[in-house]
Amino acid sequence: MEDKSGAEYWRRNVKLVLTLLVIWFVVSYGCGILFVDALNTISIAGFQLGFWFAQQGSIYVFVALIFVYVRQMNKLDREFNVQEDE
Amino acid sequence: MDLTTLTYIAVGLSFALYIGIAIWAKASTTGEFYVAGSGVNPVVNGMATAADWMSAASFISMAGLIAFLGYGGSVYLMGWTGGYCLLAMLLAPYLRKYGKFTVPEFIGDRFYSKTARIVAVVCLIFISFTYVAGQMRGVGIVFSRFLEVDILTGLIIGMGIVFVYAVLGGMKGVTYTQVAQYCVLIVAYTVPAIFIAFQLTGNPLPQLAFGSTVTGSGDYMLDRLNQVVTELGFLEYTTTSKSTIDIFAITLALMVGTAGLPHVIVRFFTVPKVRDARSSAGWALVFIAILYTTAPAVGAMARLNLTQTVQTGPVGSPDGNLVFEQRPDWMKRWESTGLLAFEDKNGDGKIQYYNDANAEFAAKAEQYGWKGNELKVDNDIMVLANPEIAQLPNWVIALVAAGGIAAALSTAAGLLLVISASISHDLLKSTFTPDMTEKQELMTGRIAAAVAIGIAGYLGYNPPGFVAQVVAFAFGLAAASLFPVIIMGIFSKKVNREGAIAGMLTGLVFTMGYIIAYKGVFITPILANTADNWLFGISPEGIGSIGMVLNFAVAFIVSKITAAPPQHIQDMVEQIRIPKGAGAAVDH
Repeated sequence: MEDKSGAEYWRRNVKLVLTLLVIWFVVSYGCGILFVDALNTISIAGFQLGFWFAQQGSIYVFVALIFVYVRQMNKLDREFNVQEDE
Repeated sequence: MDLTTLTYIAVGLSFALYIGIAIWAKASTTGEFYVAGSGVNPVVNGMATAADWMSAASFISMAGLIAFLGYGGSVYLMGWTGGYCLLAMLLAPYLRKYGKFTVPEFIGDRFYSKTARIVAVVCLIFISFTYVAGQMRGVGIVFSRFLEVDILTGLIIGMGIVFVYAVLGGMKGVTYTQVAQYCVLIVAYTVPAIFIAFQLTGNPLPQLAFGSTVTGSGDYMLDRLNQVVTELGFLEYTTTSKSTIDIFAITLALMVGTAGLPHVIVRFFTVPKVRDARSSAGWALVFIAILYTTAPAVGAMARLNLTQTVQTGPVGSPDGNLVFEQRPDWMKRWESTGLLAFEDKNGDGKIQYYNDANAEFAAKAEQYGWKGNELKVDNDIMVLANPEIAQLPNWVIALVAAGGIAAALSTAAGLLLVISASISHDLLKSTFTPDMTEKQELMTGRIAAAVAIGIAGYLGYNPPGFVAQVVAFAFGLAAASLFPVIIMGIFSKKVNREGAIAGMLTGLVFTMGYIIAYKGVFITPILANTADNWLFGISPEGIGSIGMVLNFAVAFIVSKITAAPPQHIQDMVEQIRIPKGAGAAVDH
């Protein structure tokens, strides 16, 4: 592994964060708020889907997003050799 | 054993635990006092953050709010959890890399300006005191209801406990006490929820029970709930009367506000590495999600239980309502606190609970001989009375009391620490008496914490009329002032001192002005607080999101027309972006 440019590291970092924030936006503001009425016409196991996203689903997705971020960033740190010493 | 004795034992044991931890984790340096020596394991830190963040409002009030708002309560669920994604990805790792003690310190350094730092301190102190007053009030309520002491005595005991572990242990003491408090509060929250979920649906996991069928029938719980409440003229549980844009704005303001709250941000200064700051935010959200995914289930179950307790038979039938004399014991007990009240308007000795604000249903109710809604229920009862409603054993009720106090005290302690750190570090050390030794700074930090506890106690005992309203303030201000300025400090090399100060002031003045105009904090409202009057239909609770947008816009425009930040600041921003070489949090 060699030191690559800081600019490239930062670009990949920002790209990852933006991708994850798009998902973040879609599950909460999209499924939970903007399209809630449409999704509420679908019922799964006693939950209207839009309501479920607003009160449960989005929270599960938030947790998952952070751990994906952690994993991807740790990989990126090693690839660019900017990780902290263990 | 009777309930009072059990409660004294549960609360007493938890207090002994907190004090024991405080003595064990006594802080001896400013580094330990401000950021726990930056040696906290990320999972432990996540747990402490969760306790820090989940206040008396989360523990006591949120499920009740959701119970009465239904879908409308989602703004709190999404708003108060979604902010952690922003924290983890946009703030925590970079602020940890920067490695200082306080949030204003970062803002002051990045924007090479004492003015920026002082504006940040003012925001921080205002946000934190607003919050702390509410926590102290929560402590008082829990004490007076469960331990049967008056509110003042309850407050003094609570203040004494916080004093021991915040003043003595600083951030180090608070961190480990918060871990213990998290354990107490989460057990206290989930145990009754599991019991009730099992009673109601046969499924012990509240998150799933919420979507299961009600025991003894084929109806899904939420369908049953929708039916029961609409029959009484209420809005369907799974929908809302709020406009989409308002829900959007409130959720955004709460998310961004969460990410901008100083006592939450500072928790990410206490882990050893940048990568720990990232994962710690994830752990914090895991621990928070345990409560936040249980809360909507508790809300729905409580609403169903309450409605069916009062409406015992078909709506409008002569024997369909609870006879007042036969009301359950828990109702009698809560009547004495004033949080539950019954008024027999039509004199039939029965309790009618329905939505008399709904004109169509009110007309129907009149035919039944009903003369208005007769039951008043405070939101806060829902969690505290839940174990009693479900007839759970006394030790569960005692546990809930200990949990409520733990939630309030942990948040109060976290807030008091950021206040004291800002006063001793950002104001005294950096501005007024820079030649202070570390020992003196540690002492001023402790004195500031002690004074802050005194003020918080006073605010808790004499809550200014606006406490409930200023919660919107705390989030609005954090969203409109601190959050954008930190983001721009990290993600833009171009935003300069002039831009940051102009942006913060714009966000601050706009948001404060809007809330004061409609809510009339300190003054009488200038404009009626109704949807027709609101700007773009956004309520004062959600206006912080517009304040945030204005802050960004003004900062970028002003930065464009003034000189770029000096080279060493631009280099510093580059450094913050790379994890390598974080080291311990250091003083100048």
